[in-house]
Amino acid sequence: MTIAVVDYGMGNLRSVAKALEHVADGVPVVVTDDPGAIAAAERVVFPGQGAMRDCMRELQARGLRAAVIEAASSRPFLGICIGLQMLFEKSEEADTPGLAVLPGEVIRFPAEAMVDAAGARLKVPHMGWNEVHQSEAHPMWTGIPDGTRFYFVHSYFPQPALPELVAGYSHYPFPFCCAVARGNLFAVQFHPEKSHRAGLQLLANFVNWDIQAGTIKERATCS
Amino acid sequence: MLARRIIPCLDVAGGRVVKGVNFVDLRDAGDPVEVARRYDEQGADELTFLDITASSDARGTLLSMVESVAAQVFIPLTVGGGVRTVTDVRSLLNAGADKVSINTAAVQSPGFVQEAAGRYGSQCIVVAVDAKRVPGTSDDAPRWEVYTHGGRRATGLDALEWGSRMQSYGAGEILLTSMDRDGTRVGFDLALTRAFSDALSIPIIASGGVGSIGDMVEGVTLGHADAVLAASIFHYGQHTVGEVKRAMAAAGVEVRL
Repeated sequence: MTIAVVDYGMGNLRSVAKALEHVADGVPVVVTDDPGAIAAAERVVFPGQGAMRDCMRELQARGLRAAVIEAASSRPFLGICIGLQMLFEKSEEADTPGLAVLPGEVIRFPAEAMVDAAGARLKVPHMGWNEVHQSEAHPMWTGIPDGTRFYFVHSYFPQPALPELVAGYSHYPFPFCCAVARGNLFAVQFHPEKSHRAGLQLLANFVNWDIQAGTIKERATCS
Repeated sequence: MLARRIIPCLDVAGGRVVKGVNFVDLRDAGDPVEVARRYDEQGADELTFLDITASSDARGTLLSMVESVAAQVFIPLTVGGGVRTVTDVRSLLNAGADKVSINTAAVQSPGFVQEAAGRYGSQCIVVAVDAKRVPGTSDDAPRWEVYTHGGRRATGLDALEWGSRMQSYGAGEILLTSMDRDGTRVGFDLALTRAFSDALSIPIIASGGVGSIGDMVEGVTLGHADAVLAASIFHYGQHTVGEVKRAMAAAGVEVRL
């Protein structure tokens, strides 16, 4: 029984691994670029940062594409940031095709819309702590009050083609999707590994998520 | 909506937190891991570590400090001081930093910012701008000059033009420090903060001069800063991050409480 963090050579996976270890209650967390280790893991975390085109290229070059697609349809699977964006069909960022695990696209915060209610310009990247509103009850939201703030840093966001994929949204300044869910898959645009107690709670929920029962196993705690 | 960020800054030297006035006369302010954990508990939105000695032989000490903090504190960490090469950026990110702050090296070799942002993404590249008011420029049309080497060396660069160039080179954020105000505890240079925040499309972190809670609130309300950074008012127990946030909320500023 392990939790695999997919390593395709892009950016810092240490934060994700450390935060998971903090809540994993002894379950081994492995950072791996081995498709076999990903296939053997009970749960898979798919993080990402940087440019999506580079992420997709590295994923392909390391032969991890098939393993990620397989995990995303079979086992508890958590996408984070670019790891969420890559699940969609394509991104506006350098017109990059994604893995097409989920229908929809990833688009940039449109410059003309970036003004708040008082008329002040909003900065891009969207960087900092914003409220996450839960579109639906989901085991992954267990113990996290609706409207809790999580840490974001991104310039692009997903637009799922099916409204039922949206599990959470935030405002900047318009509502945008920041969490998606389908069966065994949950993915977030924000960074739970950097979101203090609420983030650790979400990761603890992932470690204890029973996808058959649709519940969180009892031992879920947040230290 | 997005909250304004409160960022305690930990100047570090030889593995200890220190604070001085105008970058000299350093006083010991504690163990980095302990200080970081305390701010995390108080509700800090991020933490910034600046290695003010930044000598290459102390690099290992800095990296192991970052590793210890990152293993215990689950909020964003920025680390700066002596970041000169892509290898420096990579080692810090691997040690657990979420962002690195680049200062002197950006001036010496602006292409380095482009290279680092291209390789690791703009989200982890902060360019630190140390700005000093150009003597003789009027209050109506003030100008500021960029300084490097911890405020010791003038560059001749206009600070605002420089900030805008760094934005175009891929900086994800600007850490803007007023050299005139740093360590003085008389408040931010609000004209400087506002000039940057209004002119650039990336977030601005205001720094240098905080002496009271009111100064931090003004950094946002009058300086239009996206984030405010301070060291001494937190280190000596004068105020907690929570107190600053409550004052901001009372002034109508959106914060994470």
